Amino acid sequence: MIRKLLDSIHPMFAKGGKFEKLYPLYEAQDTFLYTPGEVTEGSTHVRDSLDLKRMMTMVIIALGPCIFFALYNTGWQSNKIISEAIAASKAASADTPTSFIQDEGENTTSDGGPEAIDDSGTDTANTAATPEVFKPEGWRYTVMDWLGVDYTQATTFYGDLFSTRIIGCMIHGLLFFLPVYIVCMAVGGTCELIFSIIRGHEINEGFLVTGMLFPLTLPPSIPLWEVGLGIAFGVIIGKEIFGGTGMNFLNIALTARAFLYFSHAPEMSGMKVWTGVDGYSGATSLGAWAEEGAAGMNSLSGSVSIGSGKQAEVIAESIPNSLSWFNAFIGNMHGSMGETSTFACLLGAVILIGAGIGSWRIMASIVAGMAIFSVLLNVISTSFGAENVPAMFSMGPQWHLVLGGFGFGTVFMATDPVSASMTNKGKYIYGFLIGFMTVLVRCVNPAFPEGIMLAILFANVFAPLIDFFVVQANVKRRMAYSAT
Amino acid sequence: MDYISLFLRSAFVENLALTYFLGMCTFLAVSKNVKTALGLGVAVIVIQTITIPVNNLLYEFILKAGALSWTGSSYMGDLDLSYLGYISYIGTIAAMVQMLEMVLDRFFPALYNTLGIFLPLITVNCAILGGTLFMVEREYDFAEACVFGLGSGVGWALAIAALAGIREKIRYSDVPAGLRGLGITFVTVGLMALGFMAFSGV
Repeated sequence: MIRKLLDSIHPMFAKGGKFEKLYPLYEAQDTFLYTPGEVTEGSTHVRDSLDLKRMMTMVIIALGPCIFFALYNTGWQSNKIISEAIAASKAASADTPTSFIQDEGENTTSDGGPEAIDDSGTDTANTAATPEVFKPEGWRYTVMDWLGVDYTQATTFYGDLFSTRIIGCMIHGLLFFLPVYIVCMAVGGTCELIFSIIRGHEINEGFLVTGMLFPLTLPPSIPLWEVGLGIAFGVIIGKEIFGGTGMNFLNIALTARAFLYFSHAPEMSGMKVWTGVDGYSGATSLGAWAEEGAAGMNSLSGSVSIGSGKQAEVIAESIPNSLSWFNAFIGNMHGSMGETSTFACLLGAVILIGAGIGSWRIMASIVAGMAIFSVLLNVISTSFGAENVPAMFSMGPQWHLVLGGFGFGTVFMATDPVSASMTNKGKYIYGFLIGFMTVLVRCVNPAFPEGIMLAILFANVFAPLIDFFVVQANVKRRMAYSAT
Repeated sequence: MDYISLFLRSAFVENLALTYFLGMCTFLAVSKNVKTALGLGVAVIVIQTITIPVNNLLYEFILKAGALSWTGSSYMGDLDLSYLGYISYIGTIAAMVQMLEMVLDRFFPALYNTLGIFLPLITVNCAILGGTLFMVEREYDFAEACVFGLGSGVGWALAIAALAGIREKIRYSDVPAGLRGLGITFVTVGLMALGFMAFSGV
């Protein structure tokens, strides 16, 4: 039926038609949905079942587990914090029912500790008789209340994953992810469309991949206008002015993210951004390790506060929860939406390698580079004494693997066939450079807790040079061979 | 250890080309293919490693306030010749470039021919003078000046080689007409600098 519809409107977009200029838009819809009509006919073409469209579709499929965990984890982390805040405010109201402050009927703040009782003493006029429990605000909660989804009773990560409460988590996560994704597709798609109309090329499926990767690398609380700004920068400066898909030299999604990271740092890093709940502040696991070393894994705490600046009142200190290696591997921690689950990335890696799209050489050498260099730093840390070197030096390779965006970057970003090295030997060097640089930035550079994004961009810059040397070495070897 | 960290710092963290954007004219002009870029990069490494220590000696023993006190004369000891800095540094650089040119002409004629006009142009390359001025401003001693010269040269050479690699790669890219040539190269350099931001803050 769609085929018929497309065929019936085809003349309008073909040469001489009414909307000739909008042909790329039509073409894009057509080829997204169906196999392109033009196929290879002559005998001189290289024939491969893997065309660009299939390749990009495979990447999207490989991203599936990551998207699933992105939605679930984002939702679950937020649910958990809300549950804890509610429990804390209920407990507080049971203990000291008179200690509540009601601010002109606006926010009801309750306290998690005895220090707030003093405040209420000075504020007697506003002391309300009816104790109120913490209630998160925002359109997401309106929507979820309307849908009747429960977001106030999180139990454990795995308990919720394998029960009906998964729906609440998924929908909560979706309400964070979807707006970001929609803005990304709308703004990025518009940029792409304008360029393709003016420059006369076709809209490429590559954008679907970029548009999926980029939202997954963002923290859930990112303002939507920044998403638009970032993807516009990535698509225009990172890709389109070089001529479109396949002609750029930096990974597009990472260009966009790095641009946001440096120009809008407060929304992209720090304590406040990693969970969707307003006012929640808690470090990422990498940040915690940088502060306290391995002990940081056992006391990942956070707090919810309402208001800002000095008026902010901590209403619930979440119980310090420890992060085991397995939890980090599955993805039960704070972080950018799609990056937390190394397990999901591993599934994606299997699909990518199986389909012959992602290069196992790159992935393996990144892990090798990371492992070698982090073990080296561990040795330095133990021989010089842990207190003389930054705390990150003590982080073992198994932790580097699961914390932060290492898995996501390794599987989906570094293997981008456009910006990576082309030659097989070059891929080993390129991957090794990324692994090495990731650990270097994480451990040595106090300014950035996370290193994989910058490491990949850095390696992208050097990828063509690595290829050049590999090719030259081959040329020399063959010259020597043919000379004898 | 200090020297290693100084070397890495001058090569990557404070990369003359991509952090300070010095030496842009040659950086953009001679980066069309990797071979020439590597040649120029090597030339810059050599020049930096020679001129910065030489200028360091010049500054320490002749130009700095009170530097001439080794002559023993109290009149000379009171002199502060640092206002002659720029002209002396440029003079040293020009002399060194001239000497390098003669050596290349004699021993590496192929490289001499490819570098052509750009070798004399190094004389007025701001990366070279910039390196010397950073050395003076940061008060490096002689050993540090040697390391800094080598490091900053290596950093600049790496940057130009990487740019040349990228430019070779995007040679067939369908860049919009208005941006072809220098325009897209500027954008490329900007994006490369984004990649080098990994080191900012070390």
